Amino acid sequence: MTVTLIFAMATARRILTQLRHDHRTVALMVLMPSLLMVLLRYVFNSAEAFSAAAPALLAVFPFAIMFIVTSITTLRERTTATLERLMTMPIGKFDLLLGYAIAFGVVAVLQVVVATGLSLTLLGLEIDGSVWLLLLIAVLDALLGTALGLFASAFARTEFQAVQFMPAIVMPQVLLCGLFAPRDSMTPVLEWLSNLMPLSYAVDALAQVTHSSEIDATLVRNLVIVAGCALLALVLGSATLRRRTP
Amino acid sequence: MTNYAVVAEGLRVRRGTREVLHDVSFAVEKGSITGLLGPSGCGKTTLMRSVVGVQIVAGGTVTVLGEPAGSARLRDKIGYATQNPSVYADLTVTETLRYFAAILRAPNGDVDRVVEEVGLTSHAHQIVGQLSGGQLNRASLAVALLGRPELLVLDEPTVGLDPLLREELWDLFNRLAGRGVTLLVSSHVMDEASRCGRLILMRDGYILADDTPAALRTKTESPDLEQAFLRLVREQEALA
Repeated sequence: MTVTLIFAMATARRILTQLRHDHRTVALMVLMPSLLMVLLRYVFNSAEAFSAAAPALLAVFPFAIMFIVTSITTLRERTTATLERLMTMPIGKFDLLLGYAIAFGVVAVLQVVVATGLSLTLLGLEIDGSVWLLLLIAVLDALLGTALGLFASAFARTEFQAVQFMPAIVMPQVLLCGLFAPRDSMTPVLEWLSNLMPLSYAVDALAQVTHSSEIDATLVRNLVIVAGCALLALVLGSATLRRRTP
Repeated sequence: MTNYAVVAEGLRVRRGTREVLHDVSFAVEKGSITGLLGPSGCGKTTLMRSVVGVQIVAGGTVTVLGEPAGSARLRDKIGYATQNPSVYADLTVTETLRYFAAILRAPNGDVDRVVEEVGLTSHAHQIVGQLSGGQLNRASLAVALLGRPELLVLDEPTVGLDPLLREELWDLFNRLAGRGVTLLVSSHVMDEASRCGRLILMRDGYILADDTPAALRTKTESPDLEQAFLRLVREQEALA
């Protein structure tokens, strides 16, 4: 276990150092969700309408962005010989992916803190529940995007394919998560499908935090589902890494 | 206790429907420098990947330092440098090495040691992506030297180097072998072959010859190894 953590932390530090050398990517990753929130605020042109939709989008934007960034970065490691080299070394497959999750988790925290801070102050977002809980859900969601991106990269051979997974895996979840229509008003098939998608539970949790300050069993269950799905995607992702290749 | 660092018996590797290594057997003595020579595409890289344990093999066995190739216990005993430099282009040389040193749990100071050994001290803090081809190759080689590997598997480590640097690297290889490290080094230039203690000549997935450079020259009555290789190819074709 301690070895896993040592290897994961070394990997996370390495990935964050790589990012630090790439200022433009850092700027895009940290600021993009915030800019989208500003855009959304003026699309609605009313603080009330913005307050109704914004919490869900605070989850959706980091989710989508982290998915793309992670799947491309991991794919790059898979297609260059660095992964082959690492696979001859003592690092475990899960250690490597955990390192990725930690590094992008740190970026996700930054991204979400900036976007939430901006929404709550300048853009007039009002929530009844705890701001900390809102942050926690958004970060869990970004981590879910990271884990799914890691998993999806296993099925892509090229960057072109990896980018195509974004509409395939992210968009259905965004359409069915309750953002466009309440989930219980959908036809039973779609409602059933939306129950299978982890993003739905994140959006439910965010809706609850927006409207009430109560922390009940449903909220806790929703958070556990999101975190569990992120962990599951990470474990499945590491199962797709192979030490031996053709 | 065996005297061989690598023993391959009846190794066969398939890629798609094509067999790229046909029933290959050889042994590499401990503490030796063994050269793996042959034209590009003859199976050198596949053979090296089988030795480090990242190649799916269709048949036969490869034993490395007494364990089946790819065993978990071998993972900090083998240094491997792939043909295409396997380093992170967006890190500095030192940052890249520090990461791999952490994964190998190499002692402090190892990073500085290997940077000096491959002659990159003046480029230690340069971004890897901005290095020249030869420097990039040496950065990748430096990773393989981290820790205390007992076996070094180096795929074309001297490509793109000027004669002086090549000389320095061969001095380093000899020093390592003197310390008891076993080296398996591939090359497609024959003039490097004479620097090896033993040569494995390959063609089309077969081993043409496995002998010392001197013995190969005598056996084929050739003045140089290039000629020896040609003669071996013709002999094989005459037999077929």
